[in-house]
Amino acid sequence: MKDVMDMEAARIDDPALPGRKDSIFTKGKQKQQLKCDTDSIAGCVSQRACVYCGARVVLNPVTDAIHLVHGPIGCASYTWDIRGSLSSGSDLYRNSFSTDLKENDIIFGGEKKLARAIDELVQKYRSKLVFVYSTCIVGVIGDDLEAVCKAAANKHGIEVIPVQSSGFAGNKAAGYRAACDALLRVIDPGGGGIIKKGNSVNYLGDFNIAGEAWIIRNYLKRIGIDVNVVFTGDSTSVDLKSAPGAALNIIQCAGSMIYLAQKMEQIYQIPYLNISFLGLEDTAGSLRKIASYFNADAVISRAEDLIAGATAAVKPQIEWYREKFSGKKAAVYVGGGFKAISLVKQFREIGIDVVLIGTQTGREEEYKAINDLVDDGTVVLDDANPSELEKFMLEKGAHLLVGGVKERPLAYKLGMAFIDHNHNRKHPLSGFEGALNFAGEVYSTLCSPVWKYI
Amino acid sequence: MLDCTPKEIKERTGGMINPAKTCQPIGAMYAALGIHRCLPHSHGSQGCCSYHRMHLTRHFREPVMATTSSFTEGASVFGGGANLKAAIKNVFAIYNPDVMAIHTTCLSETIGDDIPTIIKSAEIPGGKLVIHANTPSYQGSHITGFSNMTKGMVSYLAEVTADIKKEQVNIIPGFVNPGDMREIKRITQIMGIKYNMFPDTSGVLDSPMTGQFVIYPDGGARVEEIRDAGNSKLTLALGAYASADAAFLLERKCRVPARVLNTPIGIKATDEFLNNLRQNFAAEVPRRLEEERGQLVDVMTDTHYHFHGKKVAIFGDPDIVTGLTEFVLSLGMEPVYVLTGTPGGTIGGPRGNFEKEVGGMLAGSGIQGRVKAAGDLFELHQWIKNGPVDLLIGNTYGKYIARAEDIPFVRVGFPILDRSAQTYLPVVGYRGAMRLLEMVSGALLDRADRDAADEDFELVM
Repeated sequence: MKDVMDMEAARIDDPALPGRKDSIFTKGKQKQQLKCDTDSIAGCVSQRACVYCGARVVLNPVTDAIHLVHGPIGCASYTWDIRGSLSSGSDLYRNSFSTDLKENDIIFGGEKKLARAIDELVQKYRSKLVFVYSTCIVGVIGDDLEAVCKAAANKHGIEVIPVQSSGFAGNKAAGYRAACDALLRVIDPGGGGIIKKGNSVNYLGDFNIAGEAWIIRNYLKRIGIDVNVVFTGDSTSVDLKSAPGAALNIIQCAGSMIYLAQKMEQIYQIPYLNISFLGLEDTAGSLRKIASYFNADAVISRAEDLIAGATAAVKPQIEWYREKFSGKKAAVYVGGGFKAISLVKQFREIGIDVVLIGTQTGREEEYKAINDLVDDGTVVLDDANPSELEKFMLEKGAHLLVGGVKERPLAYKLGMAFIDHNHNRKHPLSGFEGALNFAGEVYSTLCSPVWKYI
Repeated sequence: MLDCTPKEIKERTGGMINPAKTCQPIGAMYAALGIHRCLPHSHGSQGCCSYHRMHLTRHFREPVMATTSSFTEGASVFGGGANLKAAIKNVFAIYNPDVMAIHTTCLSETIGDDIPTIIKSAEIPGGKLVIHANTPSYQGSHITGFSNMTKGMVSYLAEVTADIKKEQVNIIPGFVNPGDMREIKRITQIMGIKYNMFPDTSGVLDSPMTGQFVIYPDGGARVEEIRDAGNSKLTLALGAYASADAAFLLERKCRVPARVLNTPIGIKATDEFLNNLRQNFAAEVPRRLEEERGQLVDVMTDTHYHFHGKKVAIFGDPDIVTGLTEFVLSLGMEPVYVLTGTPGGTIGGPRGNFEKEVGGMLAGSGIQGRVKAAGDLFELHQWIKNGPVDLLIGNTYGKYIARAEDIPFVRVGFPILDRSAQTYLPVVGYRGAMRLLEMVSGALLDRADRDAADEDFELVM
């Protein structure tokens, strides 16, 4: 038994595959560019997902759409209501629809079954918008999604939008793009005109998890700016149509939405701003940025009032937490680079050093920003596997991991606190109250008595 | 309201709404985790592996390790052979498992990758094993995948090495929780009978907290045990859908007689399991087990009036649902709707005829009900809307129906994503039956308390 343990220990000392070395660096130690946005190595325990996953997470919050997954059952089963996007209206998006392709469909094609599925669902739910997601197998058997969707749209007089999300055709980021392409089709006014609205923004890249988009909508309303459409948290087939009328696009999750923003700038001449509502500093900075874009004294002064009032309301409590967290270190492993950047700042606000930071799908410029932001000695890594996370968390003495579903039990096994900053978050983490919630969540896990019993 | 299900029932032919099953590969991954020091490998896109790990992690609340061939566009045009060969090399170089268990996906099956040929031409370090199962996602369900990977264990590993069969039993536990596998082993140990259980996820997916993360926890069926299964004098396959195929393959390959039993949920199925052990090994049922049985019967008689005539809807995996149906019948309840998402008795599906078997159980108790294989929860919900029930039993996905119809709900099966500790605790055996009974009566009586008018609210029930 001892031999086995030693062997494992030896391997954990060097858990990186040769091909992975370029995807990890320690700030200050070497000057090199991080390799990112590439395919995972075959044989890795990758934490990454597929094109379909990326497309589904972006589109799923459209509440009154029928989200029909064209493929065998699994892809629909695993994505059935797993993301806590809240709705103020329809709950249709929380159901799971699949064409449940069988062997015969694989041999003879799934187009007829897909057409029947659309017919039956539209008849039942009277929805005006259907997203049909392509899965791996659809890309291989060659069903003509475009044609089936077009025929169904004509037949029912509604929109049926194919989402080109065959799983193997790239990683999650390619799925974001497929989703944005689908959204561009939805918002296209066709021959119709665009009604321009003055002080209004589209809010891109907030999925209204735990009601986060509502918090931001409320802030902006208070400073005199109307949130026109949220992409895609709590949005509807009707809302989305008004998107071209906004004066400005603001982007929270750039990883999933920068492509949509760029396209909307080209097509509808809507400029965009990258903002972030995670943490006090970024929330205040973002509100100022938006206010100064509209350049109206009233908006700017209302923004300053809001920032002053809201900061004063939460600051003392955050200070209380900050004292408790003295000397604690965090590791961050999240989906996109944008969120990672905000988290580094947010941890600083509550007095915690980030000693390891990584993402599944971060882009080159985001890694540059991370590198500029973090302290010397911080480990930065792209597409990490569990062994790497473990090695560096232990080496750096992290007390807390921020991650998604698959990382949670890894942290717990190591006797480490954990925060879900992904689909499973239960409290809103955006804005000033979100910053306080975040500190509260960190406290409830980091300072729990359970760690004493290990 | 979360309820989007219309009451009016219309025929549907366009797929599933709110499925009661998932795809084969996750079942194969779960089975493979039941081999000691085994790393499951998903031969397909990286999303498949990620979803399966995520789903298993949510149910077991444990790290689930598995690797992927990370298919790209190129692999899906030219075949995944190169990816798999690279994966085999990398898996042993870095994760150093004793066994790598490859399962396919809809993608690699449709492309037509020939896994045995690829394995033969791959570099496998000495002393290491690679096994595989074909698990096309467009056939059967996760239960089929579990069955296929268990079959793979037999076809790659089991062998006859002794002339005379040993006085030991092979137990294939089926797609149940590690807590159930522990309980089945405990009962067999008390019977004093030597056993080989495979797959066995106890100690892997219910491992204790130590402050350390190990890729391969201490549990799981040892390779030597699965090899030695070829020398046993009997195989008990618990649950036809998840376990029978492997048992019959072992019978053909190593001449070990196979008996297919129901998953030992409830008193009757547990009796049958013990009787099979007793008769085949000339063992007496020890007092300890008789006592457990007697205690169960005692509680059943103490509380039978709570259960009698209550209408129940049950859904989930076919072996579990069959066991639950038999158990609630023994309590005097009426399982009026019984549904599984797994195809039963259809071509391309696993063995058995779910509708006939469960329908027979209902008929035997004089109950008119609906039984369906390859169904979905949309349909179950419609049935309930058209004829209400007093209790719903099934996995987490039942919570939408329970909320919409305001029905007491007992969570049993896979997956359970919103409650914890259930993977450590059994529903099998006499003890498991007592636990089920506590859950069912708790749900019914909590509801009675909630709904009682002040004058009907009782202290003693």
